[in-house]
Amino acid sequence: MQKIGKQTLKFDLKPIILETACIAGPKEADGPLAKYFDECLEDEMWGEKSWEKAESKIVKETVNMLISKSGVPSDKIDYCFAGDLLNQCISSSFGLRELNVPFYGIFGACSTFVEGLQLASVFIEGGVNYAICSASSHFCSSERQFRFPLELGNQRPPTSQWTVTACGAAMLAKEGDGPKITYITTGKIVDMGIKDANNMGAAMAPAAFDSLMTHFKDTGRKPSDYDAILTGDLGHIGKDILIDLCDNAGYNIKSVYNDCGVLIFDKLTQDTHSRRKWMWMLCKCIFWIFI
Amino acid sequence: MDNMMETAKEYQEYVNQKSPNSPIWKNCFNAFWIGGLICSIGQIIFSFCLYKGLDETTSGTIVSITLIALSAFLTALNWFNKIGKIAGAGSLIPITGFANSIVAPAMEYKSEGYVMGVGAKMFTVAGPVLVYGISSGIIVGLIYFLFNAQAVLV
Repeated sequence: MQKIGKQTLKFDLKPIILETACIAGPKEADGPLAKYFDECLEDEMWGEKSWEKAESKIVKETVNMLISKSGVPSDKIDYCFAGDLLNQCISSSFGLRELNVPFYGIFGACSTFVEGLQLASVFIEGGVNYAICSASSHFCSSERQFRFPLELGNQRPPTSQWTVTACGAAMLAKEGDGPKITYITTGKIVDMGIKDANNMGAAMAPAAFDSLMTHFKDTGRKPSDYDAILTGDLGHIGKDILIDLCDNAGYNIKSVYNDCGVLIFDKLTQDTHSRRKWMWMLCKCIFWIFI
Repeated sequence: MDNMMETAKEYQEYVNQKSPNSPIWKNCFNAFWIGGLICSIGQIIFSFCLYKGLDETTSGTIVSITLIALSAFLTALNWFNKIGKIAGAGSLIPITGFANSIVAPAMEYKSEGYVMGVGAKMFTVAGPVLVYGISSGIIVGLIYFLFNAQAVLV
C-alpha cells in the first residue's frame, strides 16, 4: 500500500469483494433495481414495534445472509465496519450485537458504505483476512430523526429526496474471487454554502466533483478508463450539477456516470421527487475501481 | 473548485437556476379550493348550530371542536398527510393543520413511551406556534391595556 498524489492510496494486495447481500423495503422493491435485491420486505415494520427496531432487524438479517452466502464462518471474520443514519448508530449496534465480531461503528451519512469499504480495505491490506462492511437506512426512522412526523400534512419541494429503506453489506477478503479494490481516494469536506435542507444534491455535488477530479489527477486516469462511475445519492439535480461541473473542468463523464439515488426509484411513477439513496457505491468519500 | 464556480455565491446562483421551483400556481389553486372547502364545512356546521337555536359563541366553539376532531381522526387514518400533500397551506392554515401538527408527533413518538415520547414531544411542531402565538397575544394585550386602561379598569 502506498500513497500516491494528494489523497489516494494504491493497494498491493488488492482487497477482494467476496460477496454482497442486501435487503430492501417495499418502495425499493417497486423500483427498477428490485431484481438485484436478495430480499424485499412487504412492509416497513417487518413485524417489529418501531421503525428503529425494524431497521436493526434489516441490518441483522442482511449480515446473516452475507455470512451464509459467502460461506465464511463468523468466527473467521476479523472486523466489522457498520453504520447508519440514526443517533449512536443504533441500527447497526443493536443489529450486530449477537455477531461477536470486533465492531467499528462509523458515520459518514451518505458516504458511510464507502467509508466502511475504505477502512476495511486498508485493514485487509494490513494483513487481516476477512472484514464485513455494512450500511443501512430506513425512510421512516430517518424522517423522524431529521425531519417531521410521517403523518404531518406538509408539502415536499421538488428538490427534496427520499431516503431508501434498505441495508447493504459486503464481505471483503484477502483471497478469493470477486471484484478488487485497487485504489481509494478519500474526499475532503467541500462546503459551497448551500443552506437549503431540501436540496441535498446541490450541497453534495461539489464534494463529489472535488473527489472525482482529485482521483483523476492522483491516478493519471480519465473518465473513459472506467466502465462506470457512481455516486451515492446526488439525485437528479445533483447528478446534473456534477456532470456540468466536470464538463467545465474538461472531463466528460456523462457516458459512464450515474447516481444510485437516480437508479433506485422511478421518478415518474414513484413520487419520490429528486430521490435519494444513501448506501451502496460512493459519494463524496471515495472512488473504488474494479479490475 | 475549478474555474467558473469560483465563489459560493456563483454556485448558489447556478443551483437556483438549476433547481426546479415548486409549482406555485398549482399549489395556490389547490390550497384555495381545499382551504375554501374546509371553511365551507365549518360554515355549514355553524349555520346548522344557529338553526338549531344555539347562540353564536357556542356555535363557533362547536365548529372548532368538530374540525379538530375530524382532522385528528383523518391524521390517525393516515389520510391527512395525503390531503396536505395536495392542499399545502389550504389544510395547514385552518384549525385542521394545527390539530394535525399535534396529533402527528403524538402518534410518531408513542414508541418512545407515554411520558418521554408522547408527552414530551407532542408539541415539537406546534410548539413554536404556541410560544409565539401566546407571546404576541400578551404583547397585543398589553398595548391594548396601555391605550385603553381607563376602559378596561372601569
